[in-house]
Amino acid sequence: MQTNDHILQAIRIEKTFPGTRALDKVDFHLRRGEVHALLGENGAGKSTLIKCLTGAYRRDGGAILLDDAEVDPRDTFEAQTLGIGTVYQEVNLLANLTVAENLFLGRQPRRFGMVDVSAMNRRAQELLADYELDIDVTRDLASYSVAIQQVVAIARAVDLSGKVLILDEPTASLDAHEVAMLFRIVRRLKARGLGIIFVTHFLEQVYEVSDRITVLRNGQLVGTRETANLDRRELIAMMIGRELAAEIHAPRAQAQEGPLRYRFRNYGRKGRVRPFDLDVRAGEVVGMAGLLGSGRTETAELLFGAHRADSGEAEIDGRAVDLSSPRAAIRHRFGFCPEDRKTSGIIGDLSVRENIVLALQARRGWTRPIARADQNRLADHYIRALDIRTADREKPIKLLSGGNQQKAILARWLATEPEFLILDEPTRGIDVGAHAEIVKLIEALREKGLSLIVVSSEIEELVAYSTRIIVLRDRAHVAELDGNRITAHQIVEAIAATNERRTS
Amino acid sequence: MKPKYLPLIATLVIFLLGYALCVAQYPNILSTRVIGNLLTDNAFLGIAAVGMTFVILSGGIDLSIGSVIAFTGVFLAVVLEHTSIHPLVAFAMVLTIATLFGAAMGAIIHYLEMPAFIVTLAGMFLARGVAFVLSIDSIPIKHPFYATLKSLYFKLPGGGRITLIGGLMLFVFAIGIVLAHRTRFGTNVYALGGGTATARLMGVPVAATTIRIYAFSGLLAGLSGIVFSLYTSAGYSLAAVGVELDAITAVVIGGTLLTGGSGFVAGTLVGILIQGLIQTYITFDGSLSSWWTKILIGLLLFAFILLQKGIIYVSRHRRQPA
Repeated sequence: MQTNDHILQAIRIEKTFPGTRALDKVDFHLRRGEVHALLGENGAGKSTLIKCLTGAYRRDGGAILLDDAEVDPRDTFEAQTLGIGTVYQEVNLLANLTVAENLFLGRQPRRFGMVDVSAMNRRAQELLADYELDIDVTRDLASYSVAIQQVVAIARAVDLSGKVLILDEPTASLDAHEVAMLFRIVRRLKARGLGIIFVTHFLEQVYEVSDRITVLRNGQLVGTRETANLDRRELIAMMIGRELAAEIHAPRAQAQEGPLRYRFRNYGRKGRVRPFDLDVRAGEVVGMAGLLGSGRTETAELLFGAHRADSGEAEIDGRAVDLSSPRAAIRHRFGFCPEDRKTSGIIGDLSVRENIVLALQARRGWTRPIARADQNRLADHYIRALDIRTADREKPIKLLSGGNQQKAILARWLATEPEFLILDEPTRGIDVGAHAEIVKLIEALREKGLSLIVVSSEIEELVAYSTRIIVLRDRAHVAELDGNRITAHQIVEAIAATNERRTS
Repeated sequence: MKPKYLPLIATLVIFLLGYALCVAQYPNILSTRVIGNLLTDNAFLGIAAVGMTFVILSGGIDLSIGSVIAFTGVFLAVVLEHTSIHPLVAFAMVLTIATLFGAAMGAIIHYLEMPAFIVTLAGMFLARGVAFVLSIDSIPIKHPFYATLKSLYFKLPGGGRITLIGGLMLFVFAIGIVLAHRTRFGTNVYALGGGTATARLMGVPVAATTIRIYAFSGLLAGLSGIVFSLYTSAGYSLAAVGVELDAITAVVIGGTLLTGGSGFVAGTLVGILIQGLIQTYITFDGSLSSWWTKILIGLLLFAFILLQKGIIYVSRHRRQPA
């Protein structure tokens, strides 16, 4: 190990959360003067690793060496004083203070015990000049764009820490011009000898700015490669974890081609997903594949009316319908299990029963309550039918495991007897056994004649149950695969195909 | 001009306009005598409002100050009546008590992660209750030292007087302005108002700052109590009911955002003067019910809340890239 050119080394880092092993002996080495991209799908462990490095989480095992000396930061502030600075996607500065105050908070220059405001402003101006920023540092941070706030955050982090800079999704809300500015700064800092960790899910940017790439998957290290020697297809295979050789041809029950029921034409919303056409038949499972941020979830939300479409029209059985709100969608027998069940799915303190009857009750309106006996019957029925493991139906749902919570949410929508069910990442964060059950359930629902839209980042899983797959990239529907073309290989190809556009 | 100065300037314009209107009707209002009285009559409220400004800037609230004022008055009256302790010593004692009381509330708010509203509400009942325990009567203070203090004033041209307590209020405002804008503590107060979690990430000593803010508010409430006892020459446990609300009003009319993070100590002074001006006008008029003060203050408060919302809306939309 040529230690002396490594500025930061993480050795066999372990972190366990109740029920999951978030990091399993992950090694990570950062050189002086390099930009090192850290990649992986949601839940791969990259943010956990970052949090262990910055002290936001205490690691359960392993060692962190900074300049060959072992460090053990207890919180982000300590990490910062040791030399590890972090800039997050959401700028962690105080918008109500001036730019200069943000840069020098806690270390303002003083004279006779008073803050020397003019000296502070002068030094802030000088500091930002290094970052090509010539702005009025006496204005509130809030009066500047996110890109400038981002640069101010970087300037503060570098000025405070000066060894390692972690950029956690810094470009997610920037436009192309601002990204270019940010990258110029990153290259300049690299030339100054900083080690820079760059977390993102924009692969183009990884190729544009990084020297090396480390990929994590399911809490494990997949590998670290030189960016120049790693082509895009191989990278995606590393991230999604389906080696192209080991394609899966799942024996799929031949889809009964039901009648065409749902037609969406030119459906889209500016800034979320570009207009698309989509036809869904009864008894069909349409899979949505794509990397994080490709527009999968946005499509699902648009179909359910969680966001209103600003172009196109929807038809059900040949009749034009209005799907401008979730209530409207529910009236047309739509159901939607959102991606993040903790924040937009379950209501933790309510019981399993209450969570299950929620959507049905909402559709009936609050003036027509469902009798308690019916609620009990419904809850018991679904607890049995979906095999929800709970001591009894009155247990607060937050006490259940992730898989069982997921099943309870499914039960909530099944109780409304939907005809069009949208599932966003139905198997995220649940264990393998529950995983298989959810997949079985999806197939059973399809056989009953429901139309399903399933969003998933697990390609293998999509291949297993989809009758058709829509591939998304950069917030647009770019390919549609059906029949024998539904293979992991084809999906990865479609995702990886370098797109012609990608300008401004 | 920076949008954050807008509420301050609006307050100042309203005060000057209001003053001009009053002068147009009653030219006598334009005299140093009226101004001197304005300062003296509102001294105790102004001093307490400086503390409240810091609390609100940090995103908190302190409901206990009216009770602390009453407690201070009763404590002084009882001590001076029953013992031979010199008033200056009694002042030091009561200021220490009030400061520790505020610090304790700050510590509870921070360490037990309780809302400031509830903790200081408890503090409000506690202080008022202790005042009742000391005495339920209104006790006059006849100590000769009080008479000396009350006779001190600075004569203005035109016959007006800046009394000791009026001058003390201006001094407290000066200290408050320096503290808020020229010390690390002041910036930390604004930082807490901007977001406690972010402030912590940026290394602001959240615990120490919170405790100091409430200790400072307690100290000034105690000082305000001393001023109030000088002003009324008595201590009464039912005095100064609702003063905390008047102080909050002055702070908000003075352009400080009730959710914290933005505002000026100087604005609070203008807020106090606006309230005082309305009262003075009603006194001059003689026929208006004093409840008109409350009605006008209520309308002003609404207007300022709307103004603040408008400013936030405008500054948010100006930032959007074209």
